[in-house]
Amino acid sequence: MLDAGSSAPLTLAPPRSQWRDVWDQFRTHKGALIGMAVFFALVALVVLGPHLWRYDPNFIEPDAMKMIKSRNQPASLAHPIGTDQLGRDMLARMIAGGKVSISVGFVAMTISICFGTFVGVMAGFFRRLDGPLMRLTDLFLALPLLPLLLVMVMLFRDALAGVMGPSLGTFLLIVTAIGVTSWMQSARIVRGEVLALKEREFVLAARSIGTPSRRLILRHVLPNVVSPVMVAATLNIADAIITESALSFLGLGFPPDFPTWGRLLFDGLPYLQQYPERVFWPGLAISLTVLSVNYIGDGLRDALDPRIRGR
Amino acid sequence: MLTYIFRRLLIAVPTLLLISLVIFLLVDLAPGSPMSEIPLTVPPEVKKKMIEAMGADQPVFVRYLLWLRQFFWVEPAYWLDGHFGTHLAGDAQRILSYQTRSPVFITIGQRIPQTMTVIGSAYLVGVLIALPIGIYSAYRQYSWFDQAGTFFAMIGFSVPTFFTGVLLIVVFAAKLQWFPSVYDTTLKVTDWASFLKQVRQMVLPVTVLAMFNAATISRYMRSSMLDNLGQDYVRTARAKGMGEGTVVLKHVLRNSLIPVVTVIALGIPSIFGGAIITEQVFKVNGLGAALIGAIHANDLPMVQTLTFIFAVLIVLFNLIADVLYGILDPRIRYA
Amino acid sequence: MKLRTILMGAAAVIATAPAAMAERGSDGNVNVIYWQAPSILNPYLSSGTKDIESSSLVIEPLAGFDEKGDLFPRLAEDIPTVENGGVSKDMTSITWKLKKDLKWSDGTPVTSADVAFTYQYCTAPDGGCAQGAHFDGIKSVETPDPQTIVVTFTAPKPNPYLAFVGGQSPILQKAQFADCLGAAAPTCTEQNFHPIGTGPFVVKDFKTGDVLQLEANPNYRDPAKPAFATMTLKGGGDAESAARAVMETGEFDYAWNTQINPDLQAQMTAAGKGHFVNAFGTLVERIEMNQTDPSPDLAEGERSTVKHPHPFLTDPNVRLALSKAIDRQALVDVGYGEAGRPTCSIVPAPAAYASTNTDCIKQDLDGAKKLLDEAGWKDTDGDGIRDKDGKKMHILFQTSTNPVRQDVQALVKGWWNEVGVEVELKNIDASVYFGGDAGSPDTFEKFYADVEMYANNFDGTNPEAYLAGYLCSKIPGPDNQWQGENIPRYCDPEYDKLVAELAKTSDMTQRGDLAKKMNDMVSAVGMDSMALIDRGRLSAASNTLGGVVVNTWDSELWNVQDWTRIK
Repeated sequence: MLDAGSSAPLTLAPPRSQWRDVWDQFRTHKGALIGMAVFFALVALVVLGPHLWRYDPNFIEPDAMKMIKSRNQPASLAHPIGTDQLGRDMLARMIAGGKVSISVGFVAMTISICFGTFVGVMAGFFRRLDGPLMRLTDLFLALPLLPLLLVMVMLFRDALAGVMGPSLGTFLLIVTAIGVTSWMQSARIVRGEVLALKEREFVLAARSIGTPSRRLILRHVLPNVVSPVMVAATLNIADAIITESALSFLGLGFPPDFPTWGRLLFDGLPYLQQYPERVFWPGLAISLTVLSVNYIGDGLRDALDPRIRGR
Repeated sequence: MLTYIFRRLLIAVPTLLLISLVIFLLVDLAPGSPMSEIPLTVPPEVKKKMIEAMGADQPVFVRYLLWLRQFFWVEPAYWLDGHFGTHLAGDAQRILSYQTRSPVFITIGQRIPQTMTVIGSAYLVGVLIALPIGIYSAYRQYSWFDQAGTFFAMIGFSVPTFFTGVLLIVVFAAKLQWFPSVYDTTLKVTDWASFLKQVRQMVLPVTVLAMFNAATISRYMRSSMLDNLGQDYVRTARAKGMGEGTVVLKHVLRNSLIPVVTVIALGIPSIFGGAIITEQVFKVNGLGAALIGAIHANDLPMVQTLTFIFAVLIVLFNLIADVLYGILDPRIRYA
Repeated sequence: MKLRTILMGAAAVIATAPAAMAERGSDGNVNVIYWQAPSILNPYLSSGTKDIESSSLVIEPLAGFDEKGDLFPRLAEDIPTVENGGVSKDMTSITWKLKKDLKWSDGTPVTSADVAFTYQYCTAPDGGCAQGAHFDGIKSVETPDPQTIVVTFTAPKPNPYLAFVGGQSPILQKAQFADCLGAAAPTCTEQNFHPIGTGPFVVKDFKTGDVLQLEANPNYRDPAKPAFATMTLKGGGDAESAARAVMETGEFDYAWNTQINPDLQAQMTAAGKGHFVNAFGTLVERIEMNQTDPSPDLAEGERSTVKHPHPFLTDPNVRLALSKAIDRQALVDVGYGEAGRPTCSIVPAPAAYASTNTDCIKQDLDGAKKLLDEAGWKDTDGDGIRDKDGKKMHILFQTSTNPVRQDVQALVKGWWNEVGVEVELKNIDASVYFGGDAGSPDTFEKFYADVEMYANNFDGTNPEAYLAGYLCSKIPGPDNQWQGENIPRYCDPEYDKLVAELAKTSDMTQRGDLAKKMNDMVSAVGMDSMALIDRGRLSAASNTLGGVVVNTWDSELWNVQDWTRIK
C-alpha cells in the first residue's frame, strides 16, 4: 500500500504479497511475538483446559463436614491453585471464568470499536453528519450507566433468555450493554483524527483526482486512524472485563454460579490478607490478557504502517 | 470561530432538552422504587402514602414538566434571592430529593468541594505524570523505560479501582498506619497542621485515581507521539539542523497533543461525575457517591438533576475540545 | 490475646457500673461509622434504619426497649400497665405521665402538648408519614394536664405500646414543627435536619448522606451524661471497610452492622484494636417456597398467582425434603459465624412467642431422598434429575446480590442437586429486588421463581402484625399491584382463624401458644416459609469504648449516653 502522503522509496525487488510484508514486520517486533504467544497460551488454556482438568468449577462437597474441611485449601496436587471459601477448585473456576471473560472482552471491544470508529469517521468526514452524530455521542456520554443497564436487563433479559437460553442470552445482553456504553471515547478520538486527516495533502490529492468518498475512507482515512483505534481497543478489552465484573457484582451480569475472572477477583477481595493467592490468579490473568493484547496491538500498528515497514 | 461557537451554543439548547427528556424517561423506566431501602416491616399502605406524599405517583410527563420548571425557573430564582435579597421565587417548591426530602442543590453544594479536591487533583496529577511518560516512552520506543512504562500502565489499567483501593488501605492504612482510610469531610484547612492532615487523607484516593488516569492518558500520548515522530516534517526539521529538543518538544509535541487534548478535555466532566467506586472505598462522599446512592434509592429528582448537570458539562467540554482543536491545528477550519 | 481479655473485662466492668464519677463531656469525641449514611433526622419522613438510629441520638420516645426486649421509660415517668392502672382494664386506653422538669435542648419545657402534636404530625393528611402503622387504631390523644397523655383506641388493644414507643416513634417539639404539618412536612428542611430533642446529643452540623456532627445536650436530664462532649457519625463505604476502620486502623470507635464473613471476623479480631458485639433479635433468613406456578409460559398477570398452583412445591413432603437436604449449621459456619445460628422458626424470639421446634436442624440427605421417592418424584430417565409425569424437578432459586447470599445459594444448590433436584440460580440487585416496583419482573413480591431467599423481622417484641402477613388476603397479585406480605402465597382458612383469635387475645401465655402454633403451620412444620438462619446484629466496637450494649429491639445507639472512653 503506497499512498500519496508517503514518500518511502519504491523497492525494486519482485512484488511481494502485502500481507507477507506485514507479517515480516510483525515478526521483528519481539514484544508482539511474546504477547501473541502468551495470548494463545491463555486461549488454549481456556479452550482445552476443561478437557484436561476435568473438575466441575461448581462442585461442592455435599457432606457438610467434608465441605468445611475442603474450604480455603492451599495449593496441592489435587487443587494446583487451592480451593475457595466453599471448597470449589480454583483452577477449574479460573478456566471456566477465562472462557467468559476473554469472550466478553473481545466481543464487547469489537462492538464498541466498530461502532465508535464508524460514528467517528462519519462525523469527521461528512460535515453534515458531524452535528447530529456528535450530539448523539454527548447523549450517550451523559446517560447514567446504571439505570440504562437496569432498563436493558429488565426489557430484554427474559426475552433473550427465552429465545437463546439463559447463558447465551445473558452473554449477548452483557456484551451489547458494554459495547453500546463504551464506544463514545473512540468515536470522539477517531473524529478528531479524521478532521485533521481530511485537510492533509494526500487526502486532498486523492479527492482532487475524483476518488469517491467510500474509497477515500477505506483506502486513505481508515489506515491512518489505526493507531489510536488500537490503543482504544486494548483499553476497551480491559474495560470490558472489569465492567463485566461490576455488572455481576450488581446482579446484572451472569447468574451467580457462572464464574468470570472479574467476579473471582471481586469475590477474593475480602480474603486479600488471609489468602492473597485468591486475588493474585484472577488479577494476573486479567493483566496478562490486557498486556498481551497491548503488545500485539503495538506490533500490528507498526506492521501496518508502511512508513515503518519500509525501514 | 466566534460564529461557530455561537452556533454550537445555540444547538446545545435543544440537544440538552432532548438529553434531559431521555434521561428522565430512562430513570423513570428503570425498575425499582423510592421504597427500596425502607424496611420490610413497613406495611404496604404506609408505603403507598409515602409515595403519594413525594409526588412519585404522578404521571411521568407531569413530573418532567414540574422538574423543568423547578430547574430552570425556581432554582435560579432561589439562587438570585439568596445573593441579591430579591423575592423572585416566593414559596415555589424547589427540587426535593426523595431520600432526604430536602432541596437537591443543598446536597450538591455540600458535595462539590470534596469531589473537586479529591477527584480534580487526582486528574491533574494523572495528567502531569502521563504526559512526560508518554512523550519519553515514544521518543525512546522499546527502551527499558518504554517497556516499564507500558507494563505499569497496563497493570494500572487492568486492575480495577475496587481492588487497588482496598489493597492500598490494607497496606498503608491498616498495616503501616501511614494514612487514614476514611476521608474526613469535616476537616477545614486553616493552618499548616490541618493542611498536612488534608494532604495525608488525600494521598490514598488520589493515588488510586491518578494511577488509573495516568495509565490511559500516557497510552494515548505515546501513540500520538509515535505517529508524528515518523512524519516527514520531523525529518525535514532534523535535516535543517534543528536541535533534538526543539524538534521533539516544539514540533512533534505540539502536533501530538491534538488528539490527547480531546482525551483530556473529555475526561474533565467525569471529574464532576465523581469516581463512584473510589469515593465509596474511601468514603469521600462526593457527587459520585450521591449519584449511586440516589440511583439505588430510585431518587429520581436527585438522579435527574445530577445527570443533567453532568450532561451540560459534557456538551460544554466537547465544545471546548473542538475549539482547542481549531487553535492547535490551523488546518482544521470550522465554517 | 491476653491484652484483649483484660480489655474486654474492663469493658464489662464499665458496662455494668455506669461511670457514675464521669462528668458530662469529659471524654472528648467519639467516632461512629454507619456504612449507610443517614439522609434525614426525622424518622417520620424516612423509615430507613440508618435514619431512625441517627435521629435516636437527638429525639426520644416516651419509652424504649432494652437489650432484653423489655420496656423501660425514657421521657415517661414509668411504664403504664393494667396493674398500675396506666392501661385501662378493657385495653382501650393508655395513660402516660411525663418525667418532671424535662427540658428540650433549647431550654423550654417538654409538655404533653408536644406528644399530642407528634400524633397530629404523623396522622396529618398528605404527610406520607413513614411510621403511620405505629398510630393505627388510635381514636384520640388527649392532654388533661401538661404532664399527662391519654391515648384512646378504637378497639381493645392487647399491645398498647406502639405509639410513642421505640426509636421509630419519638416525640417532636411542637414549637419547632408547628408549621410542618401534612404536605408542608418535606419543605421543613431546617427542622428535619436539625430537630430539637431531649436526647443526649444535639445536632451541630448535618451533611446529608455524609456526616452528622453532634455535641452533648446541655439540658440532658442526667447532669453527668453523656460522657462524650462531641460525636461524629460518618456514613459511607461498605460493611467490610467500616469494620476495618474500627478493628484494624482504629480510626473509629464503633461501626454499625458489620456483617462480614467469619474468616474476616477472625482476622480483624486478631488485629487487637476492637471486638465484635453481637445480639440476636427477630431477623430470620428464610427461603420462601412459591405455592403458585411461576412458569414463564403462563400469561403475564397469571404467573405466580393463585390461579395456578405450583407443580410440586404445594406438596408438604417435597418442601420437607428440600428442608431436610439443607445443613443449616454449615451455612452459619461459612457465611455468618458468630452472627448467626440455625433456626426452624420465623419467630425466633422473644421467648414468650418463639417456637421450640428444632426438627429441621439436622441434615438428613437420605431422609430427603426417601420423602421425594414417596411423593412420587423419581429419576425415571437416569439423568440424575427426579421427574414425575414427564415433568422434571427444576427449581429457579433467586435472591438479592450479596456475597454471603451467593455462597448460601451455591451450597443449597449442591445439596439439592445431591437429592436429585435441578437448580438454576439467579441474583438480582437489591434495589430492584426489594424495590417493589410493580413494573419490574424481578421484585421479591412478584416472585417469578420457584424459591427465593431474603431476611425479614418484626418491629419491637410483638409478632402479631408479622404473623398476620400470611393471611390469604395478603397474597400479592396483579389486583393489588403486587403489594402484600404473604410472599409464599400461603393460604389456609385454619390459619386465618388463628390470626383473628390472636388479635382478640390479651393473655400472654395464650398469645404465646397461638403464635407458636401459627409459626409451626407456616414454618417449622409446613415449610412454606422455610426458616434458615436466625441472624444476629453484629457491630464492631473499639476496645477503648466502654458501655456498649447491643440492642436489636430498638435503636442500636439506644444507650449512647452511657458510652465512655476507657483510658
